Amino acid sequence: MTATRTDVSTADPRPARPSPLRRLLPGPPGNPVTGGSTLLRHLILAVLAGTVVVLVTNQLEPYQNLQVARVCAFLCVTAGYTVLVGLNGQLSLGHGALMATGAYTVALTRQAFDERAVQGRWVLPLSLLLAVAVTAVVGLVIGLAAARLRGPYLAGVTLAVATLVPAVTTIFTEVFNGEQGLRFPTETPPAFLGAYFQPERWLAWIALVAALLTMLLMANLVASRFGRSLRAVRDDEVAARLAGVHVARTQVLAFVVSAACAGLGGGVYAVLTATVAPGKFALDLSLFLLMAIVIGGLGSLTGAVWGAILLVALQDLPSRITETFALPAGLAQRLEGNLALAVFGLILIVVMIVAPAGLQGAARSLVARLRRRVPSR
Amino acid sequence: MDRFLFLTFDGLSTGAVYAAFALALVLIWRAARLVNFAQGAMAVATAYVGYAVASATGSYWLGLGVAVLAGLALGALVERVLMRFVGPANPLGDVIVALGLVLLIQAVLGMVFGNEYRPATVPFDTDALSIGGIAAVSPYDLWVFGAVMVVVVLLALLFTRTSIGLRMRASAFAPEVSRLLGVDVGRMLTVGWALAAAVGALAGMLVIPTGLGLHPHAMDLVFVVAFTAAVVGGLDSPAGAVVGGLLVGLILSYVTGYLGPDTTPLAVLVLLLAVLLVRPGGLFSSVKARHV
Repeated sequence: MTATRTDVSTADPRPARPSPLRRLLPGPPGNPVTGGSTLLRHLILAVLAGTVVVLVTNQLEPYQNLQVARVCAFLCVTAGYTVLVGLNGQLSLGHGALMATGAYTVALTRQAFDERAVQGRWVLPLSLLLAVAVTAVVGLVIGLAAARLRGPYLAGVTLAVATLVPAVTTIFTEVFNGEQGLRFPTETPPAFLGAYFQPERWLAWIALVAALLTMLLMANLVASRFGRSLRAVRDDEVAARLAGVHVARTQVLAFVVSAACAGLGGGVYAVLTATVAPGKFALDLSLFLLMAIVIGGLGSLTGAVWGAILLVALQDLPSRITETFALPAGLAQRLEGNLALAVFGLILIVVMIVAPAGLQGAARSLVARLRRRVPSR
Repeated sequence: MDRFLFLTFDGLSTGAVYAAFALALVLIWRAARLVNFAQGAMAVATAYVGYAVASATGSYWLGLGVAVLAGLALGALVERVLMRFVGPANPLGDVIVALGLVLLIQAVLGMVFGNEYRPATVPFDTDALSIGGIAAVSPYDLWVFGAVMVVVVLLALLFTRTSIGLRMRASAFAPEVSRLLGVDVGRMLTVGWALAAAVGALAGMLVIPTGLGLHPHAMDLVFVVAFTAAVVGGLDSPAGAVVGGLLVGLILSYVTGYLGPDTTPLAVLVLLLAVLLVRPGGLFSSVKARHV
């Protein structure tokens, strides 16, 4: 990740190029703490964020910890998805299907180990790694097709991918067990944490590690030479090509990276529930993911965090409303699920028309406005 | 051979619906250069209205008429209230707004009518008549095919023989020049959306009884298939949409008949990719393929 930075020293405002070792060590030039190293800065941020979340999970109820875990699982997906749609301008509607790929890979791996009575702490990371690898390959295939397609064409093809999940699971029933889906053993906390350690907290930690790893990698990717290529291709393909960017390769790579993230997120999501079923990965999921990154703010990883939080928060909204207002059973049943969809749709439309930069864009312009006001006093 | 004939007629009948739906997509694409991803949801909404009227009055024809009128109104409304305000700042804006509309419409339908499948009545027998001992085509298939062909001819006449058709074509091809010549381009855009949604409403009324019935998601797969049909024909060509619709209907009918209904989504994806990778502009376009 850091190696790419040396290639772009021409764009560096600093006059003298610091030695590669220098950038890993604290001290000047640049930021006094990180020494101008993007990797180190992001690493410190990740460790800080991770520590805060771990401390917070100690205080939470089991259900709230599961929600933290779900936010982290979705964050893996939204981070990669933001890189693809926001930074590279390729609109995919098939990321729900990519999540399903990762989830099913984890389920099949876990089942295979379980049948042979193989156990061990390494089974979980191995299954997640496999999920990333398999989804990356699927992403490569779609990405190769996507690099030739633009705008609505790409959206249409990936929409067809999104509708594929239930069909594939019923065509290969012996492998995927059709509508029923697959079950595998639940992940339990390791013994050294004590007998009374909350299992949900352990799940939250697993998801947190995956999310932090994804965010760290994506943050460095965005800041790297490749990140600039992504944005250059999004803004103007011809200009990017003239500047020496290999447009198609950049687009395919962006798709592979975001697919790998979606695979990891899907895999973690499967670990949280210890089940996978096609119903969880319907077309709606792909639209939800899109909604999340649009509302969060296209083109910024902070927006992906907002999006993941919103995704989980809004899914809980309808049950809370029906609890609070004690609605009649028939009405509550109709509102269940549908209300969240309606709110999602409405917010999606309003945000896209009123504030295309999303929550993150709105927050940024608010901060800018406040900054302008402070010195004028 | 009997089965082949049956599948052929069945494919042409459902293909006619895909053609109508693809035509609606092409109408909006030509007018506004955007693919209306909310087409399916809008058609379902109007079909709910149509079948509510049909079951309340007992007249299928009244329901059909009301559904088409509701389509006209909904199309115009969506263009006036939403699409007009999608700024050019984000090139993906119109697709995203249309997808938001999909979520909103499906959720509202689910809240008002419930998420269960409702039976949809048909005016004709859906059992296939036998011709010379071979079960080939049902009266309902004939009605579907005939209705779509009438709409296609009417649209062709509208665009080539009337003044409003001429103005719509002009504002689609050269908005600035048309504006200078005194054409109300904005109004033509609204008319285009209204027409497209009305055609979509008709297609929805025709296809929904042949599936599982009325449901907020009844048109999800139909939309994907119709998009494929429109792409096969080339998004720019109404004639291509009709031919593409019939072609896709036939192919899917054979795939479903010989390999099973579960393979349909897979077949759609393969077909879509095959066409786009060989001829990115569709079979009926003269656009040069993009090089990677």
